[in-house]
Amino acid sequence: MRETNSGAAALMSQPPLTVSDRLARKALRNFKERVIELLLLGAASVSVLTTVGIIWVLVSESFNFFSNVSIWSFLTDTMWTPLFAEPRYGILPLLAGTLTTSMVALVVAIPLGTTIAIYLSEFARPAVREVVKPFLELLGGIPTIVYGYFALMVVIPLLQLLIPDLSGFNMLGAGIVMGIAIIPYVSSLAEDAMRAVPMSMREGSYAMGATKLQTAFRVIFPAALSGILSAYILGISRAVGETMIVAVAAGMQPNFTVNPLEPAQTISAYIVQVALGDLPHGSIGYQSIFAAGLSLMLMTLALNLVGHVVRRRFREAY
Amino acid sequence: MVSSVTMRMSNQGAAEAASQGGSAADQGVGDAFSGVRPDKGVAVKASVENFSFYYGDFKALKSISMPVHEKRVTALIGPSGCGKSTLLRTFNRMHDLYPGNRYEGTIRLHPDNTNLLDPAVDPIEVRMRIGMVFQKPNPFPKSIYENVAYGLRIRGERNRSVIDDRVKEALRGAALWSEVEHRLHDPATALSGGQQQRLCIARCLATEPEVLLFDEPTSALDPIATASIEELVHELRDKVTILIVTHNMQQAARVSDYTAYMYLGELMEFGETNQIFVNPKRKETEDYITGRFG
Repeated sequence: MRETNSGAAALMSQPPLTVSDRLARKALRNFKERVIELLLLGAASVSVLTTVGIIWVLVSESFNFFSNVSIWSFLTDTMWTPLFAEPRYGILPLLAGTLTTSMVALVVAIPLGTTIAIYLSEFARPAVREVVKPFLELLGGIPTIVYGYFALMVVIPLLQLLIPDLSGFNMLGAGIVMGIAIIPYVSSLAEDAMRAVPMSMREGSYAMGATKLQTAFRVIFPAALSGILSAYILGISRAVGETMIVAVAAGMQPNFTVNPLEPAQTISAYIVQVALGDLPHGSIGYQSIFAAGLSLMLMTLALNLVGHVVRRRFREAY
Repeated sequence: MVSSVTMRMSNQGAAEAASQGGSAADQGVGDAFSGVRPDKGVAVKASVENFSFYYGDFKALKSISMPVHEKRVTALIGPSGCGKSTLLRTFNRMHDLYPGNRYEGTIRLHPDNTNLLDPAVDPIEVRMRIGMVFQKPNPFPKSIYENVAYGLRIRGERNRSVIDDRVKEALRGAALWSEVEHRLHDPATALSGGQQQRLCIARCLATEPEVLLFDEPTSALDPIATASIEELVHELRDKVTILIVTHNMQQAARVSDYTAYMYLGELMEFGETNQIFVNPKRKETEDYITGRFG
């Protein structure tokens, strides 16, 4: 900074600058810096204001909803029937759908994502890595609606060959495909965490006579544990919030069950359904999507907090 | 050039300041210097024969031949980039971890005359016989106990009491036992730098290696911790053959029985440490040791 300033001053100083000239330049510089700072602050506040705005809309609309439906029945009722003549608003069926599809997705994504990460970080030759990584990124870039139809047209028919009386919409097929869709998030973050483990740690292990496998599982994996757990938690957040795959392939019927073979509706899929225009604007049913959205947001917020604690708890100083 | 000379001078100053402190550790180091008188006819543990090393096309080491005497300390000294660490890392085939490296010639480990560089020899087998302590302490992200037990576990040892005994023995051998006895299950990263380095030594000792390699083991440590590592090296000399790379010539003089002076990938002079430091045969060695060049 000082270098460039003195360089600029040297260029300008053919007629030597008076003190007041310099001060004037300084004032101008201060003004420019202030403007730039404000522009940067403005850019940063876009995300903050958006978040605050969303929370405000969710909370205020939910407030209207909860003045008609008690929080107690919202949390404990096992029926979600907003379209019935006598509507009931119990979040549990939607919650069960969300958690079941997420669980199936994680059973797919965590083992596969971790294996891919270990392979890419510790075993793959650079040439192989250069080929595999773009494909993984491509997997992450496929629109989820495409995944949804992949589940409906390919995966579920295949599952029906194995399980003959499986319904055409079910949480198993949707969950499996959702798992495939979040593999890239889990694997790339977990791989980053493992590659960030310093080479000296690997050398230390190899110097003890360890094999690649022993080094990967006994030294690198524990050393990267905090980052790997963060990757899992991000994966869970994505699964909980995932919408199109479950809307297309899991069915649209709220169903209070944790059996993945059955069709069910998730919180996000319910919001999509309302957005399609089944409920009149301003009705209690319409307001219910804000309560549902708030529940979803609180879940992901809780997951983010858990992730934060986990990162601190398992961080290794090396 | 000038700055590296002044750096060496200040190292020297620090080392002297430490030895004038007169702690028990320093006494031991002082004894080491005067006590090293290699007897004639010491067995040779490893022999380097016409060894050359290439990083890609670059010939980093040029036809080196030297013995490594059994249960003695051999120091590798020389200016930065002379290839002393490269030579050290050849002994446990560390270079195999990176592509594009090539060995030429042989390093034979006695008494079985295994050529460590033979492609048919599994580098894992080599590393099971030859331990290494690195420049920067690199304990694993595990407990103190598990760090020392690591070598045993990867060798398939499952007997709990055997592991307990060996861990205790290794920590004693590395002069760390009394400091960690009551917190064996604390994370190793909670230890100080000097303790971490002794833990890394204990980690090696637990598997009873035939040769221990030290790659500038004290360059990241303060003078007190340095003195305790030096004392430890001197004690270990009775049990294991030691090769040590060091930038610090006072250290080489204090801990080693034999010294190899290397320059630009060549072995300039090899001999008993006293002879190298008191009466070097080559002018270049003398210039380096006296700090006229570096």
